[in-house]
Amino acid sequence: MTPSVLAGLTGAALVGLGLYGLILHPHPLRKLLAFNLIGSGVFLVFGIVARRGAAAGFRFDPVPQAMVITGIVVAFAASAIAVALILRLSMQSRNVTLDAEVWTRPNGGDAT
Amino acid sequence: MSVLPVLDVVLASLVIGVALFTITARDLFASVVGYVAYGLLLAFVWIRLYAPDVALTEAAVGSGVTGVLLITAGKRLGALKNAAPEMRPGLSLKILTGVLATLVAGALGAAILMLPDPPPSLAPEAAAAASGAGAGLKNPITAVLMSYRSFDTMLEKIVLILAVVGVWSVGADKAWGGAPAPLRQSRPYAPMVLLAQTLAPVGVLIGIHIFWTGADAPGGAFQGGALLAAMWMVTMMARLAGPPRIDAQWLRMAMVAGPAVFLVTGLAGGVLAGSFFAYPPGIAKPVILAIEGFMVLSIATALPMLVAGPPSERPDQ
Repeated sequence: MTPSVLAGLTGAALVGLGLYGLILHPHPLRKLLAFNLIGSGVFLVFGIVARRGAAAGFRFDPVPQAMVITGIVVAFAASAIAVALILRLSMQSRNVTLDAEVWTRPNGGDAT
Repeated sequence: MSVLPVLDVVLASLVIGVALFTITARDLFASVVGYVAYGLLLAFVWIRLYAPDVALTEAAVGSGVTGVLLITAGKRLGALKNAAPEMRPGLSLKILTGVLATLVAGALGAAILMLPDPPPSLAPEAAAAASGAGAGLKNPITAVLMSYRSFDTMLEKIVLILAVVGVWSVGADKAWGGAPAPLRQSRPYAPMVLLAQTLAPVGVLIGIHIFWTGADAPGGAFQGGALLAAMWMVTMMARLAGPPRIDAQWLRMAMVAGPAVFLVTGLAGGVLAGSFFAYPPGIAKPVILAIEGFMVLSIATALPMLVAGPPSERPDQ
């Protein structure tokens, strides 16, 4: 098994792990973290496409690599917006959850 | 050479193991720390894929800055009264999700094993870009980012600015124009202050070096800018500096500078060199370095503002 295939399979496993965490974790920040795991797994899969596309004297295809760099920065920007939304939602509802029932419950914020 | 395959397997299992830890850890803080370690390990995988530029970006932005973002967010959430009500998912849901995740990962893995041969490649076009319009750039990644796919790179800077606008918009109305909350509420420990005082000057130098060397070697505007951003955040975490007010002119100018200079140069290329985003031959390299310099400025200001979050103080304070 070549290093690039191994890295690609690692990426696939990371996507699976992230998906599991994204669905099951009740905490919104943990969901965001899991989503970032999925993202880095996808980047890794793209990375082996870059490695396989080695040609023209390069040991890699520079185009997918450049797009992954762009992707990492954009993923961070999206995460920052998600964090801002989560924080504001929690300040407003006084609850750290995405469960809509908790917000609509009368006096739900104070019932511990 | 026989050590490398073993090293690859060890590295891959470490990455998956740490990823498993970040998903299963009980505590949010432990999970974020796991994620930072995961990002650094992933950087090694990128190096093994002959992608040192991606490795630098992953280590700086993917693991470092994202880690600070999540730790700061966790601290701010922890200050709330009702932290994380526990709603444990049932066993059947767990099994169902596990099966779904395995199926998705399996399908992706199968697709990887069945990739077409010979693989499609844009490397010849990138090589032409490196020796053509982006003349004199020895780093093909920088040539792709600044010449072959320059429009993408400019739009990505605009995405950063849009994200900052989005984060600021989430703040309360009455706080508009004020400064974001400090990255650290309590008084910092003395070692943290010492670290910031000694690390920041060195880090700034390294950041500028990584940007400057990016034309010919691994590095570039993203990686250098992210390092400068990290140094600013370290000083903010040690409370040597507070986050600036969001209505500060210099802050907004610095953030817009990168894409603005990029766009103006691109339009000028349409007039002077014949096509949009074409660089005049001969002086392509200095022009590209100038654009990248302003991009570094934008990245170094936008990333910390994204981490600092929406304004929280009244403007009159």
